[in-house]
Amino acid sequence: MQIDIGELQKRGDVPTRIGFGRGLETIAEIDNRVVALGADITSSVSMNFFQARFPERFFSLGIAEQNIMGVAAGMALSGKIPFAATYGVFSALRTTDQIRVSICYNNIPVKIGGAHAGISVGPDGATHQALEDIAVMRALPNMTILSPCDATQAAQATEAAVTQVPGPAYIRFGREAVPDFIPEDLPFVPGKAQKLKDGSDLTLIATGHMIWEALQAAKILDKEGIHVSVLNIHTIKPLDSQAIIKAAESTGVIVTVEEHQLFGGLGSAVAEVLAQQFPVPMAMVGMPDCFGESGTPEQLLKKYGLHAQNIAAVAKNKLQKIKS
Amino acid sequence: MKSAIQDTKELKSIARQLRRDVINSLATAGSGHLGASLGLADIFAVLYFSHLNHQPQNPHWSQRDRLVLSIGHVAPILYASLANAGYFHRDELATLRKLGSRLQGHPGLDTQLPGLETSSGSLGQGLSIAVGMALTAKYDKKKWQVYSIHGDGELQEGAIWEAAMSASHYKLDNLTAIVDRNRVQIDGPTHRVMSLEPLPDKFQAFGWHVLECNGNSIKDLLDVLHKAREYTGKPTVILAHTKMGAGVAQIEDDYSWHGKAPDAKQRIAFLKALDNAN
Repeated sequence: MQIDIGELQKRGDVPTRIGFGRGLETIAEIDNRVVALGADITSSVSMNFFQARFPERFFSLGIAEQNIMGVAAGMALSGKIPFAATYGVFSALRTTDQIRVSICYNNIPVKIGGAHAGISVGPDGATHQALEDIAVMRALPNMTILSPCDATQAAQATEAAVTQVPGPAYIRFGREAVPDFIPEDLPFVPGKAQKLKDGSDLTLIATGHMIWEALQAAKILDKEGIHVSVLNIHTIKPLDSQAIIKAAESTGVIVTVEEHQLFGGLGSAVAEVLAQQFPVPMAMVGMPDCFGESGTPEQLLKKYGLHAQNIAAVAKNKLQKIKS
Repeated sequence: MKSAIQDTKELKSIARQLRRDVINSLATAGSGHLGASLGLADIFAVLYFSHLNHQPQNPHWSQRDRLVLSIGHVAPILYASLANAGYFHRDELATLRKLGSRLQGHPGLDTQLPGLETSSGSLGQGLSIAVGMALTAKYDKKKWQVYSIHGDGELQEGAIWEAAMSASHYKLDNLTAIVDRNRVQIDGPTHRVMSLEPLPDKFQAFGWHVLECNGNSIKDLLDVLHKAREYTGKPTVILAHTKMGAGVAQIEDDYSWHGKAPDAKQRIAFLKALDNAN
């Protein structure tokens, strides 16, 4: 799917967690097997829309994340499609063993919401900024990982987690309001990357909130005569390796961008594909093996280089190094 | 189940058969967990041949009672029970722990073994799964009951108590947790490894209906399981006092037999001991 960047207009700023909440409400309307399990932060992860609409299908389980994943497994084994959502640091990391054995080994349709993904969580600081969730979830067999780029896509991904993913899914979304720009009629197919901009000099491969930054970086580079492609990896697993290899073939240089540790995240996943099938020069933008900290989202994204100017600079440097 | 057996002599003989199958399958496998598999044989005989509402010829029957084996390491007693109940042929028990077998060392749902409700093996997860099943039955207004089987050492896992809290919060009286209270674990007696008592008080404080019984007495088990099914308003926990290795006199209460399999000589000796037991 190819779209000219000129068509991608920002409609406003909406948190991706709102997209998750709205998507859950929509799919629950269509599929009465959908139930939701709360972990005391129901509004914070936007499951309050579901709770208000379907109170009898909402089950509060308190601050007990290990139990929530097991209860979700038991409900899925009994024919339900449970959504269990809390902050990604808890839903992916505190509960990893439950997800591994009770959910992934059983290969059952539990849909896990990972909220407050990335450093853009802001002032809450390191404990609440999920930066390792992709690495851990990616290592689990049978798991699908969806990482939508805006609120519209978060709603699409949440619905697709039910309609198009038969087994376990982890849906990653953020806290802050971010640009909402994906055309509502752009089809969302899990496992199929979206090329959002075309250029021949380099490909920016990004996920989640970093897609908007990558698109802005592309604009900066355009002005300097460097024309890059932007590939939206909204599904980290299964990874669209064909699209990644194609990008490497057509542009020869790859820069990955993610709000996640460099170890084990999108960049690693892309490198795994390219190193084995089509090695090309690569650079990776992400968290350099360190914890986050308190600050405004803008300050933190700037400090850790997760913004358009730095992405453009990294891309430019990489191209210059290759030429020299 | 139509063929529900109430006769204690017949159930005793079934329990002996399950123990034989456990000893044989573990000896053939060359590894596995003998002690608790034997200690639980009476509980499994009563559940699968008298108490559970199930249809071995129709394993996915939607109205069946569910049994969650939280302690996956005692898979041999579950497999022996399923085979003898008719879920699959007893010959398959000889494939335990072998490459390509449906009888994995710890149960795996991906094997599609008939009668298996969930994978298990990581301790402390099964009670949450049972809560999820019981909650679903309540929500869907179904009559089926949920049973979960736990080790006493397993209760040291914190997740068990998260699950215990949620079971009483939702008044899951369709849930019965059975604790194999054999008082031993790998490192030794539970009171030395990590104290569990006062165990009945702990469950009571968590809002549970607590029953205790001799977990190696068929008569006691029939009685206590009936009481648990009839009880309303709270989930029930049965603290079933058992002997690890029960039925084989020379290894009873010997915790070194938690994770061992008998060799060829021991196999013969243990089978003989079984026959000599009353």
